[in-house]
Amino acid sequence: MGKKIGILGAGKLGTVLGQLALKAGYEVYIGGSGNPSKIALTVEVLLPGAKVLTAKEVAKKTNLIILALPLGKYKSLSIEELSNKVIIDAMNYWWEVDGENPELTDVSSSSSVLVQNYLKNSKVVKAFNHMGYHDLYDEAKEKGHEGRKAIAVVGDASEAVAQVAQVVDDFGFDPLVYGSLSQGIRMEPGSPVFGANLKYHDLKRALASFETTKRGVAAIKAGNQAMK
Amino acid sequence: MINTKKMIFGLDSFGDIPTDDEGNVYTQAHAIRQVIREAKLADDLGIDVIALGEHHREEYAISSPDMVLAAIATITKKIKLATGVTVLSSDDPVRVYERFATLEAISNGRAEAVLGRGSFTESFPLFGYDLQDYDLLFEEKLNLYSKLLEEKPVTWEGKTRASLKDANVFPKTENGNIATRIAVGGSPESVVRTARYGFPLTLAIIGGSPERFKPYIELYKRAADKFENPAFPIAVHSHGMIADTDEEAIELAWNHIRKSFVKIGNDRGWAPMSREQFESEVQNGSFYVGSPETVAKRLARMIKTLGIGRFELVYGAGGLSASAREHMIELYATKVIPRVRELLSEA
Repeated sequence: MGKKIGILGAGKLGTVLGQLALKAGYEVYIGGSGNPSKIALTVEVLLPGAKVLTAKEVAKKTNLIILALPLGKYKSLSIEELSNKVIIDAMNYWWEVDGENPELTDVSSSSSVLVQNYLKNSKVVKAFNHMGYHDLYDEAKEKGHEGRKAIAVVGDASEAVAQVAQVVDDFGFDPLVYGSLSQGIRMEPGSPVFGANLKYHDLKRALASFETTKRGVAAIKAGNQAMK
Repeated sequence: MINTKKMIFGLDSFGDIPTDDEGNVYTQAHAIRQVIREAKLADDLGIDVIALGEHHREEYAISSPDMVLAAIATITKKIKLATGVTVLSSDDPVRVYERFATLEAISNGRAEAVLGRGSFTESFPLFGYDLQDYDLLFEEKLNLYSKLLEEKPVTWEGKTRASLKDANVFPKTENGNIATRIAVGGSPESVVRTARYGFPLTLAIIGGSPERFKPYIELYKRAADKFENPAFPIAVHSHGMIADTDEEAIELAWNHIRKSFVKIGNDRGWAPMSREQFESEVQNGSFYVGSPETVAKRLARMIKTLGIGRFELVYGAGGLSASAREHMIELYATKVIPRVRELLSEA
């Protein structure tokens, strides 16, 4: 049995992650918002070999699903369809598409915790959010390559985290497991790792330095659990 | 195949604020006059296009690019007068038509509207639009604009502006058409939409390897085919810095292009661009930085790889001196462009 992965969202990030998945030999199932025919041509050209399905069908095909839709739309996801799935949350707050939304930038929690609270029967793991999509494409390298970059992975369910760490490795990056899902605050926009493109040890140092940043200080003040 | 004679070269500016040689910062008004002066220089040197972007923030003096282009029109002869971009989502399509039809008249047919969703958001609250409607606004307004381009009375209905019934809009152009392109930043949906409306496509490639965009060009062609529209030659817009030597250009790019990326990126929560990231953009990415020979070689390689028909160099990033900007335009026109044509014809 080959490896399978689902992707919800066929925008810039979803298509790049799809390309990495195909390169790594995964069977890829991708769903956009609404009718699959809307993204059929995009997928045919940018992700040859990936299958376009509805979000519901994607969830039926695989237990491992990447969320690459605009974060502000997370409540359009079906709690039921995604029950018991391992969910890779690659989403970030992005005002271009999400508008002003204080809930999504709240320093007392993290956006992935919001997603987990909403998808209450799923195992949410945060990964692939902190590197720009063109860097994800350019920087993917085989295991052991001297210049290989790292991707942070955080989540509460250890088996799910291990599974996602394997995906990160397959896609061309060193996985850096960094604790519970609430630690995702360290990977969000405004943190030292966001868009930084680092190797394993540098990424680890940058994650640890979050407390010393403006946003880190604000998170401590707001009583963010991850800072305790 | 690339027709090297037909390959079009342009300059893009957002109206960054220059300094004089002593480092004194220009006023925004002076920055606008500097762009007009540079456009005249570009026209004198035979550059094909000047494209001015619309922004509504402190770093950039140009919020009304078509007004600046109108001024340029009166003192230039051949250069095409484009925007880069006009933020259609927060503008009114009727007004956009009217302004460009006017520019078309003033310039004797040299106007080009380059429309986009914009990568900044300041214009939305400024003009009373909700960012949540980002997609809908662009889709509807492009729909109305494309109808207006036919220059016949328009009947239109939508959610984002008042309906029109048999509205006749003036002035009419002498050629019966305003040249129009759509600029996109890498959203596949935007590429498909451009092909669906039958417009030429500009790719804003501001980071990473340009090769990554090859499939997007294929997507544009395939989508045009599907919608039975022509697939026009693609334009690419990227940042660059040309100086007499590589060392000088790299230093200027680090101090100015990188600086403006860090400033803008900071607003978006990005960590500052590292030396490694910068070097990678300069060597294999999307910053065209160096002596004329270095920049020409990199441009020729990118143009060949992607098979595009037009390149626009974003010049003069944040705080570069006016004299360095003008020198860059001279080097681009007199050394880089002829050398790129030569390299392309060798292939």
